[in-house]
Amino acid sequence: MGDDNNWLWSTVETIPSDTGEGQRLIKELLTQLELAEWASHDSFGIHLAAEEAIVNAIKHGNKQDPNKSVHVDIRVGKQEVMIHITDEGPGFNPEAVPDPTLDENLDVPSGRGVMLIKAYMTDVQYNEQGNSVRMTKTKSN
Amino acid sequence: MSDQKRLKISDVDGVTVVEFKDRKILDDIQIQEIGQEFSDLVEVDGKRTILLNFSNVEFLSSSALGKLISLDKHVKQKDGTLKMSNIRPEIMEVFAITRLNKLFDIKEDVPDALAAFRG
Repeated sequence: MGDDNNWLWSTVETIPSDTGEGQRLIKELLTQLELAEWASHDSFGIHLAAEEAIVNAIKHGNKQDPNKSVHVDIRVGKQEVMIHITDEGPGFNPEAVPDPTLDENLDVPSGRGVMLIKAYMTDVQYNEQGNSVRMTKTKSN
Repeated sequence: MSDQKRLKISDVDGVTVVEFKDRKILDDIQIQEIGQEFSDLVEVDGKRTILLNFSNVEFLSSSALGKLISLDKHVKQKDGTLKMSNIRPEIMEVFAITRLNKLFDIKEDVPDALAAFRG
């Protein structure tokens, strides 16, 4: 869907590398999902994906550097949600993240955020540099 | 047994039952505090038979999953047993996607877990 999508709510913001700011945005997103009558199972998945993407941008992308910001574009529609998060870090290769579900990695305490985003969202695209993720979720039937 | 800031702790038939007070587990400081309180149970109080009751937990992040893996490892290193129970379907799905349901010993509810501890 392009920009002609009939979004019920959208926000474009640049936030500091502060997880508290991320939480404020996520709280607003959850309120809007409820207003747009998204079912709780879908909302849970969107909540988790947004949380992981924003925290990744702040902690791994910007290394919590107060001089760096995170650019956030979130849109909520009746049938689709779009979340686009960009940080000012060097980027990473999502394909290079070790599969945390392999037996040898099961007890490794990190590396599950990227796979959870993929599992819960309908479409996930990273830019070439790997410092920007655009993800959409289509409402489940 | 005294309650901590993040964890509610009780003793049931010799099993240390630990309940999370928080509904959402995602914040770094909160996760560190949970880890510290849990470590104290193992290191200071010498608890080795522990049940983590998730009845209050509605949401957790991948950082929280990482902490759970560390806690599980910690208990196993001490030759203890950690079980988990009362996990909501949404959280169970996260465990299934990440295959942590294979790593963790998960029971339906507290009585079910207590019965499993008794063997």
